[in-house]
Amino acid sequence: MSVVNDAPSSGSLDVLGRLPDRNDEERDERQGTKGLGRVLRLVGPPFLVFVLFIGVWYVLRAVLLNDSQRFLVPAPHDIVSVAFLDWDNLHPLLDALWLSARVALYGLAISIVLGISLAVLMSQAKWVERSMYPYAVALQTVPILALTPLIGQFFDFNFRSRVIVCVIISLFPIIANTLFGLLSADQGHHDLFRLHGANRWTRLWKLQFPGALPAIFTGLRISAGLSVIGAIVGDFFFRRGDPGLGVLITNYQSRLQSEQMYGALIFAILLGVVTFWVFGLIGKKVVGNWADSAT
Amino acid sequence: MSTTVPSSELPPTTSTTSTDPPTLAFRGISMTFPDGTQAVDDVSFDVAPGEFVTVVGPSGCGKSTLLRIASGLTKQTRGTVTVDPNALGYVFQDPTLLQWRTVRGNVELLAELHGVPKAERRRRAQSAIDLVGLSGAEAKYPKQLSGGMRMRASLARSLVMQPKVFLFDEPFAAVDEITRERLNDELMRLFAQEHFAGLFITHSISEAVFLSTRVLVMSARPGRILGEFAVPFPYPRVPDLRFEPVFAELSGQVSHVLREAHG
Repeated sequence: MSVVNDAPSSGSLDVLGRLPDRNDEERDERQGTKGLGRVLRLVGPPFLVFVLFIGVWYVLRAVLLNDSQRFLVPAPHDIVSVAFLDWDNLHPLLDALWLSARVALYGLAISIVLGISLAVLMSQAKWVERSMYPYAVALQTVPILALTPLIGQFFDFNFRSRVIVCVIISLFPIIANTLFGLLSADQGHHDLFRLHGANRWTRLWKLQFPGALPAIFTGLRISAGLSVIGAIVGDFFFRRGDPGLGVLITNYQSRLQSEQMYGALIFAILLGVVTFWVFGLIGKKVVGNWADSAT
Repeated sequence: MSTTVPSSELPPTTSTTSTDPPTLAFRGISMTFPDGTQAVDDVSFDVAPGEFVTVVGPSGCGKSTLLRIASGLTKQTRGTVTVDPNALGYVFQDPTLLQWRTVRGNVELLAELHGVPKAERRRRAQSAIDLVGLSGAEAKYPKQLSGGMRMRASLARSLVMQPKVFLFDEPFAAVDEITRERLNDELMRLFAQEHFAGLFITHSISEAVFLSTRVLVMSARPGRILGEFAVPFPYPRVPDLRFEPVFAELSGQVSHVLREAHG
């Protein structure tokens, strides 16, 4: 007996005798199968929304604002020419972007290590979870503004303090999602591992942790976005030191340099989108093959 | 051919003429859960080497609890179980495959947990995969498999450890009738070929009669053994056995006792 003779639930064998991958089929249906068509379907819809958004921007600016207000909402082409095409303006923006990106990445890296470690600890015993989780929630909800003098006092008002703010803001989703993932391992799986003499570390490493990866990546994507917010907000609080995007935004705002301010805003958004997207991509590479819904 | 006597009066009979000590023995097993529900009450029987015993009974009568007790996952309130825990294979109701491992990775899992060297476990996994008819699907993930194929993978995973006793907890309850019969045919073939003993839980009478050397009928909760039927058909049994009059007659007798069990 060497043939697989019961029909697979998701379709019949194809010409090569392979089982069709359900997700591939769905993906193909949604995005088209090859080349230009695929690229067009991938990029087309968001591009269309972008064009619509810019159009609405121009219209609202013309209709709702009178001449004295218009400086508040510069025309998109002015933003591009002033903030991005003029090197004297672009240069500080790029420096600030680089600084904020570093703050966000350091903060995120620390959050990942710390968050996953804490979640692993909490997953090992209910009492650890009960005693630590409330404080993780508290950390998430504490008004950071109140902590800034303290953080600044101990860690200076520069890079390190901003990273700390970043960690405070981006830590919780990683803890919550990792813990959820670790605790969702099926009881039947635990039984199976126990039957074959696996201790809790083996179960953690071979059962709970791999099973938690989809949830962990969900947390990572949320925290990736938050870490960028953390980097900008950190700037607002610690106005000393090298300027990041947050410092530039407040400066341009007070000097009524709207084009540059929107330029900084756009950089901040792009940074957030790119980190979110990168983690989505890594997640897809790591768990896309087997997880029910590719993250 | 059939007897319907209280289990306590049954001698530890086996239909196979083996003089070896039983591979699995239940003696006066009772189980009461902490919430007060009594799952099984004074259950005693043996599974001899090379014997395939099936327990049928109404849902929730504590059949599965027996397997959990045999494997040590649940501790019985009273009575003793004799079995070599290292010689046990346990096939759960769900395939319990690890989603992130391919068929090969899943089949290798138990050998890996027991520290079998990589090359050896690769070799054993491959022969188990061939044995259950999953050749060619080694690199697939569970979500790409049908229900029947997942069950085969689960079976292969246990086969790798070459257990002397297999515990089957309604393994084919979730697959359709045709697939179930096919899997029964193959389990039959494996049983004849690999010489393990089996303790099989099901609520399908035809499955019970087709597979077993002996069928035990259990009562509704708290579970007691109500009847015992020796199944005389020689192995290997052919699929068409299911349509023979003798098969129908025996199934009918089991069914009658099972009706009583439902009360």
